[in-house]
Amino acid sequence: MSAVRQSSALPSAGCDDLPVLRERGQREVFCGLTGIIWLHRKIQDAFFLIVGSRTCAHLMQSAAGVMIFAEPRFATAIIEDRDLAGLADANDELDKVVDRLLKRRPDIKLLFLVGSCPSEVIKLDLSRSAERLGRQYGPHVRILNYSGSGIETTFTQGEDNCLAAMVPELPAATPGEPGLMVVGTLADVVEDQLRRLLQGLGVPEPTFLPARNAADLPPVGPDTRFLLAQPYLAETARLLEERGAQRLAAPFPLGAEGTTRWLKAAADAFGVSPERFHEVTDRPHQRATEAVSRYRDALEGRSIFFFPDSQLEIPLARFLSEELGMRPLEVGTPYLHRGIMDPEIALLPAGTDLSEGQDVDRQLDRCRAATPDLVVCGLGLANPLEAEGIATKWSIELVFTPVQGYEQAADLANLFARPFDRRTRLEV
Amino acid sequence: MKLAVWTYEGPPHVGAMRVATAMRELHYVLHAPQGDTYADLLFTMIERLPHRPPVTYTTFQARDLGSDTAELFKRTLREAHDRFQPQAIMVGASCTAELIQDDPGGLGRTLGLPVPVVPLELPSYQRKENWGASETFYQLVRAFAGANAPETGTARPARPDGQKPSCNILGPTALGFRHRDDVVEITDLLERLGIDVRVVAPRGATPADLARLGDADFNVVLYPETAETTARWLERTFGQPRTTTVPIGVGATRAFINEVAALAGIDPSAELDSERSRLPWYSRSIDSTYLTGKRVFVFGDGTHAVAAARVAANEFGFDVVGVGTYDRTFAREVRAVAEELGCEALITDDYLDVEDRIAELRPELVLGTQMERHIAKRLGIGCAVISAPVHVQDYPARRSPQMGFEGANVLWDTWVHPLMMGLEEHLLAMFRGDFEFHDAAGASHHGASHQSPSRQSASPADHAQQAAVGAPAPSFEPTAAANDLSEPAWSPDADQELKKIPFFVRGKARRNTETFARERGVATITVETLYDAKAHFAR
Repeated sequence: MSAVRQSSALPSAGCDDLPVLRERGQREVFCGLTGIIWLHRKIQDAFFLIVGSRTCAHLMQSAAGVMIFAEPRFATAIIEDRDLAGLADANDELDKVVDRLLKRRPDIKLLFLVGSCPSEVIKLDLSRSAERLGRQYGPHVRILNYSGSGIETTFTQGEDNCLAAMVPELPAATPGEPGLMVVGTLADVVEDQLRRLLQGLGVPEPTFLPARNAADLPPVGPDTRFLLAQPYLAETARLLEERGAQRLAAPFPLGAEGTTRWLKAAADAFGVSPERFHEVTDRPHQRATEAVSRYRDALEGRSIFFFPDSQLEIPLARFLSEELGMRPLEVGTPYLHRGIMDPEIALLPAGTDLSEGQDVDRQLDRCRAATPDLVVCGLGLANPLEAEGIATKWSIELVFTPVQGYEQAADLANLFARPFDRRTRLEV
Repeated sequence: MKLAVWTYEGPPHVGAMRVATAMRELHYVLHAPQGDTYADLLFTMIERLPHRPPVTYTTFQARDLGSDTAELFKRTLREAHDRFQPQAIMVGASCTAELIQDDPGGLGRTLGLPVPVVPLELPSYQRKENWGASETFYQLVRAFAGANAPETGTARPARPDGQKPSCNILGPTALGFRHRDDVVEITDLLERLGIDVRVVAPRGATPADLARLGDADFNVVLYPETAETTARWLERTFGQPRTTTVPIGVGATRAFINEVAALAGIDPSAELDSERSRLPWYSRSIDSTYLTGKRVFVFGDGTHAVAAARVAANEFGFDVVGVGTYDRTFAREVRAVAEELGCEALITDDYLDVEDRIAELRPELVLGTQMERHIAKRLGIGCAVISAPVHVQDYPARRSPQMGFEGANVLWDTWVHPLMMGLEEHLLAMFRGDFEFHDAAGASHHGASHQSPSRQSASPADHAQQAAVGAPAPSFEPTAAANDLSEPAWSPDADQELKKIPFFVRGKARRNTETFARERGVATITVETLYDAKAHFAR
């Protein structure tokens, strides 16, 4: 056994005795490039150019299944043998690719050069490329870079790096003017709902990172408070704090209770009265609770096992146990940031096993031994587990579907109820 | 560097995975960074395999680099052996691991595992998926059949009297385009001819099966992309002849039967006389007259593109206006068939070039891959899929081969379907002025309230594809094209006349007329311009 059961070494507020199974073995997860699939839909005038290999390009079209897009706002500059052999100057080659691309797409206002495993191993410095190209194409096109490589990032961490690359570009906020920023990609419909709720509370007009357009960069400064809408944004949070902003610790807006707690963190930070808070949140909270409760019969008492994927696993386990009565057995996460996750961990039922990292074959052994009623896992594992008779839920749907906020709480519950519903219907 | 929006082929290690996953009792240990495990979903989601591919990845991360990636590889290999207990293990590197030069083959040898370890060298920055599959199959066959090779120069002993002629079937892999069904169809065909099929490989074979490949009298090369290199080596080493005809279409199937009969020394006339394809009669049936001269563009891997072009011309009576492949190793064959059919060959793996060519040729039917299906949909052209890269819908529940006589039946159904039926075409012409029958009316079975369906609405297949991978709802990119002020204007008379043209060709007539006017600097399109353009574009 190379895995060790040990207590967290990371600093955290309480719960230091929490046992976490740390695994290092084969990880059955996507790399950070995959985040481009939702990031390019969100930032509507941004283009993502991966500097990588044929494998990167193949990953993008296989994982996304998005060949239906006429011409997507992402592509790969595929490194070839002549680039590696020094026959071609990689920088000149990249310049040519960017030139062809920007001529073809004059609508692009923000270009991300996205680093990959091979570009990092050959030490291609994309920050210098971005600077050089930025001088050439700016100010019409802003050129930034980040790493989405598998050696640096796991799945959703790609978004963390992308947003982190935007933080130095954010304008300085006016001193003395309090601001509230919501950080993390949300579906537009969710963003609008949360904006209306925050406006109702009377906190400062919320800004969003990322915004729908590259030019709408939210200002940041010592009077900015920010709320993470997604749990995987540790680096972005760190850089925002470096610019003086303060993170409001809160559970994540999943489920009726999670959304209320998340809004409450903003309300408390800006001194919103309890009456006002109730006035704004009671009705949607009740609506969400009633809608979620319709799935309680299907899910209550059922056990659930999470393979690590998006870092949403812990908040989801909290929602499913607290609001639907499910029993989390093992909750795996690719990476556990105690500072961000502690408010969520505190709400998990006693006896929930947490694991960080992965050794997929050993985790499959534990999963089979635990005989869960439902397994949340990636696309490579789902059908093989189904073939063994184990019900699964694809974790990828949880990052592609709008699930945050009051109005989506029941949709989120339904994603977990549907596998049971289907099994009940089928007689073949 | 090369700018790629979509790729026709994955990296070569995905080709190796197609071989490993097709076989039994074989495991592949791949030195690869975290994230390369995405390739598993090709097999579990697109092909819907009920088991994981037999592949273990090292999934190294940045913190492993420079310290102990070689040690990590050895540990992974040992643990994979202990857990899966295969007959043999292949070891190799993906693109990133190739750069760190840990030499998986050398490391594998030092471990002293009790099973053969076959090293794969698949240069990721030069080669692609099909080459990777071919090279992997070749290395495996050399490793396992090679041990039983006779002395060089030994004549192949004659088949003993009374023993049935025998062959192997080479080439089918996992994630292949209809390989599952082609193998069944061709195995049946060979057995009806009285030929024993000894080994089918890689699909379904174990390493031990590969060791007895030399026993059969000859080899059937079903997919030259994966099997030709191996078959040539078997020919040199064991004196086994190989087939060169790929039995796609009625003509090619007849030729294939004659070829294997000659290799087996048997009489094929019984099989040829009882031919089971409906294609010849359907194609001669009077309602098929409307297929004559339909303009078709063909694109795919080398084997399927060449076969489809010949079948389209000779068995459907289409005009092949272009044929191409993304696989440069088949450029010669594709150029030859293009010359034979009097059209231009397109050899490119750039999806945008293919799109440009289709837009320029404006065919009435595209026979292509899933990529061309999307191009055709955008351009409003019918399309049938004839080749990998594959999609979940290329794994139909029913048996649906491309090869043999039943395969020819399948080609008939799938290629004719996207074209407007001939009789319907006549009816449309007869009733084109009818008040109930215009492009805004929509289909009658939807009732009066239903408006004409949008051309761009996603098909059920697209929804299936999204569902398969959980992708978001389809939406189309805004196009950058703005209204050009130099566009010719339509006079009211010409516009009225245009409306009298059946709606299903009206778009084409409009585009052609506008192109015609633009090229001649005509500012206002009159009825005369419309008919000048019609005459100009008439075939």
